[in-house]
Amino acid sequence: MDTAKAVKAALARNQGREGALLPILHDVQDALGHIPRAAVPEIASALNLSRAEVHGVVTYYHHFREEPSHGPVLQICRAEACQSMGGDALWEHAKTLTGCEVEATYCLGLCASSPAAMLGDRLLARLTPERLDERLQALLR
Amino acid sequence: MNKLYIPQDSAAVAVGADELADIAVASGAAVVRTSSRGLLWLEPLVEIDTPAGRFGYGPCEPEDLPAILAGSPEHPKALGLVEELPYLKRQQRLTFARAGITDPLSLADYEAHGGGQGLLAAKAMAPAAIWQQVLDSGLRGRGGAAFPAGIKWRTVAGAQADLKYVVCNADEGDSGTFADRMLLEGDPFLLIEGMAIAALAVGAARGYVYVRSEYPRAVQVLGEAIEIARAAGWLDGFDLEVRKAAGSYVCGEETAMLESLEGKRGIVRAKPPVPALSGLFGKPTVINNVLTFAAVPTILARGPQFYKDFGVGRSTGTMPFQLAGNIKHGGLVELAFGITLRELLFTYGGGTASGRPVKAVQVGGPLGTYLPESQWDIPLEYEAYAAAGAVLGHGGMVVHDDRADMAKLARYAMEFCAIESCGKCTPCRIGSTRGAEVIDRLRAGDAKQEILLRDLCDTMINGSLCAMGSMTPLPVLSALNHFPKDFQS
Repeated sequence: MDTAKAVKAALARNQGREGALLPILHDVQDALGHIPRAAVPEIASALNLSRAEVHGVVTYYHHFREEPSHGPVLQICRAEACQSMGGDALWEHAKTLTGCEVEATYCLGLCASSPAAMLGDRLLARLTPERLDERLQALLR
Repeated sequence: MNKLYIPQDSAAVAVGADELADIAVASGAAVVRTSSRGLLWLEPLVEIDTPAGRFGYGPCEPEDLPAILAGSPEHPKALGLVEELPYLKRQQRLTFARAGITDPLSLADYEAHGGGQGLLAAKAMAPAAIWQQVLDSGLRGRGGAAFPAGIKWRTVAGAQADLKYVVCNADEGDSGTFADRMLLEGDPFLLIEGMAIAALAVGAARGYVYVRSEYPRAVQVLGEAIEIARAAGWLDGFDLEVRKAAGSYVCGEETAMLESLEGKRGIVRAKPPVPALSGLFGKPTVINNVLTFAAVPTILARGPQFYKDFGVGRSTGTMPFQLAGNIKHGGLVELAFGITLRELLFTYGGGTASGRPVKAVQVGGPLGTYLPESQWDIPLEYEAYAAAGAVLGHGGMVVHDDRADMAKLARYAMEFCAIESCGKCTPCRIGSTRGAEVIDRLRAGDAKQEILLRDLCDTMINGSLCAMGSMTPLPVLSALNHFPKDFQS
């Protein structure tokens, strides 16, 4: 889908909603995988905001990305519960992986099944470097 | 036909529950996808109906299914009757009474298991009588600040405005916590009921649930549950909507969350004015955590005294504690306030997952204190913890074994603050970065840096605008005070 179309759809879907900027940005990112710079002016104008304000929101939140990812996004939890169960080793291993874009995240709410990760929307828990490789092999085929 | 119960909670799905359910369905079994019991080390926990009750097997792999379907109580994964498992039987479950039993999106299930009675009772009351019940129960905010919910509700009820809001803070960002997630995914009607009661009590016409983007399943399940509740006439005059957050920890701070809901960067607001008088879009707003709203239906259905009879002193009711990190039997343990950490760690948790000695437990999330063994006998209640310089927070406890490097964890606390600081106040924005640097120099052998670190923590504690900056020193200083050797090179 092209940027203009995605923005138009997101604006239409959230018409009349109060505080609509985050829902709009989520919709654009869900459609395109990221929020291109080119999407900002149209959104700003529709919400009667400055481009700077919209850009500020896009860049403030970790979830929003301005550039497309290189392949599926693999989020590895870096928070304390996962650290206590070998999360550091999992992170070091994940950074060597190819075929997906590895990001740090801080808590997936799977803290009794640490260490945990998320591939796209797919949750993975009780991981070791070996188990992560197995799961990725099955999921990224 | 055999009837199987397989959880759809994220913690079960993350270790293969969906695959198990698919295989079970393909083999002809009737499968009910329930919420999780919260015995998370046993997930995927598969249960099967027997004349005596539900019989459990776990943690299950696909190859265990044929034996389970055949009903083999001698199977190595067989656990016995699930309700009789001591971990579950010893708990006092009010908020999580339906956990693992019901289908999260079945309103009939919800009502058959005691749900809906609180709202029914509230509808027959005057608004002031509703908040009075909440006030009388002694319920305090479960998000961390422990402010009496009834006082907040009374304030909003007394405020004059053309529009009022009820907002649920479901931005459960603390490592070691998952109770909000389990409730959103597993018993969403309970939250909706609690918020609908709040709306009646304060005269609010609109509400939002602000859910983390890291919880995609919770966003989806809650959204579906709201539609079902609306169709059932639960939300007449109360317009409730789920809002997905976008990965900012500080948006768990209530005023930053309001900014985010208004479509802005999640920057903390100065208080006063309190959100109860000037909250979302400047309107009077009730803001409570998921577990606070979820406690309300029980109070309305069974009376404030029933709820108040649980707990100790000014910490009334039950708390869903969450055992996490390096723990053998991790999961959700709902009990009256007053139990000790030691009991939770060993009677319930069974010690560490690694089998090594416990070194420290961080209670209350990334802004909580590290407790060494000398503090494990303090009763888990707000005042006793505050007196020890610790916090209960959202009830999460992350266990670390004797290999943990406490200086590294202290540095991580500063680093996390630097990543997540909203940037509005200087002690938090700059202090966190300087803090990580000072800890690096201290670990490299410059012992004088300890004075600087303590001074910096003092500035952060007393000069920060919100808990992000003022509480980051708690894990840092507790690590330094109790484990000074870890900071020596």
